Amino acid sequence: MNELAVNNASLFFSFALVLIAVLISQKEKLTLSKDILLSILRAVIQLTIVGYVLKYLFQVNNVVLTALMSFFIVVNAAWNAHKRNPHPIKTYWNSLLAIFISTYVTMGVLVLSGAIKFIPSQVIPISGMIASNSMVAIGLCYRHLFSKFQDQRQQVLEKLALGAPIKLASLPILRESIKTAMQPTIDSAKTVGLVSLPGMMSGLIFAGVDPVHAIKYQIMVTFMLLSTTSLGSIIAGYLAYKHYFNSHLQLIDTTKKEEV
Amino acid sequence: MTTLLTIHQLSYQVGKQPILSNVNLTVEEGDWLTIGGPSGSGKSSLLKLIASLQTPTSGAILYQGKAQDTYEITTYRQEVSYCFQNPTLFGETVYDNLLFPFTIRHLPFDQTKAEDALQLVALKPDFLSKNINDLSGGERQRVALLRNLLFLPKLLLLDEVTVGLDSENKQIVLDFLEKIHQKGVTLLQITHDESELAHSKKTIWIQNGGIVDERVSR
Repeated sequence: MNELAVNNASLFFSFALVLIAVLISQKEKLTLSKDILLSILRAVIQLTIVGYVLKYLFQVNNVVLTALMSFFIVVNAAWNAHKRNPHPIKTYWNSLLAIFISTYVTMGVLVLSGAIKFIPSQVIPISGMIASNSMVAIGLCYRHLFSKFQDQRQQVLEKLALGAPIKLASLPILRESIKTAMQPTIDSAKTVGLVSLPGMMSGLIFAGVDPVHAIKYQIMVTFMLLSTTSLGSIIAGYLAYKHYFNSHLQLIDTTKKEEV
Repeated sequence: MTTLLTIHQLSYQVGKQPILSNVNLTVEEGDWLTIGGPSGSGKSSLLKLIASLQTPTSGAILYQGKAQDTYEITTYRQEVSYCFQNPTLFGETVYDNLLFPFTIRHLPFDQTKAEDALQLVALKPDFLSKNINDLSGGERQRVALLRNLLFLPKLLLLDEVTVGLDSENKQIVLDFLEKIHQKGVTLLQITHDESELAHSKKTIWIQNGGIVDERVSR
């Protein structure tokens, strides 16, 4: 822990890395400079606030405050997943339910199995990791559903015309969307340790923990991410596909183009 | 004769654009109605409204004397079956497509029924295992038709199902439809093909979203 070398001065000088991105944006006319600087400003402010909030929460070590902070993370993750849904008809509650269940089922198993303790320094970071991965998976699931319902519109219509219920008519799209949502987690599980030394493991190694011990945490993280992305995308997918149909079980035209 | 379908003052518009205006139509059981009219006149929309794939803006569709929306929608669509122009096939094989009508009805796949049906549209029984990408346009259309007709509907809605087919395929499809009609299925068929009017008992001409002519052809 004592060997950690990031201090205010080194942080200030490492800001040069951001300038590289800004310079590239300027030179290549990517018009991203404003976005980059704004995102950095937000990250610095958010992380500073979170740093102090976490310090306080770790000190008071209160169960209710820990649970509230964890729920705050889930609510925010759900809001961001909701915003990633391109469908004009969508409900926030679908995203909240999907992230809530995927996060707390996974968290419950971890706590009950003794893998983590219900203390702020463990519950809050793990909530963040689980909810953010669930958020990304759900966002992918939503986008895939949207594009596939457009690409395969005719096929869905034909199935409906044959008398299929909406679930059967949507099943290939639904399966494909859930698969797409889970694929990055599965791919990353395949290459973990070979290509990347992920955050949890790297953090522990940075903090001076024996790498052999650190990998156990990373294995646990791999398990929990597979659980959360599968749960999150299945729940969100099965709730979201229904929004592509109206109460007469007709496929809604999201392009607003009707065949005459 | 019993009235199968009654359309009363049916209007349909998309946004502010009227597609159909005050359409009235009666279809008797056993009819074979042909619908003609220029492109964009509202023919496909009329069939989709009858198939409950779209909702009318105003007016009523009565099926067997009862309002369309009083039926359980999936059951209604199994009885009032809509065939698309240029249909897409499902899955990977012909089997996947012929399995679908059984799956919808929660029935086990009946291989003999499927093979007999294939022969009705001049396809060999071993077509079941054929990959859909290896089918010609005519074969695809015939397999698609079988999806609608493995379990006979009461009313079959055909949206230019013979368009783009060569004369041989067209004749196979028309002969099959004739057989289906003889079994008591009522047909409502959109076509631009003059020769197909000969198969129809009644012809309706739609223009600018309304029926402008209705005549008995034979």
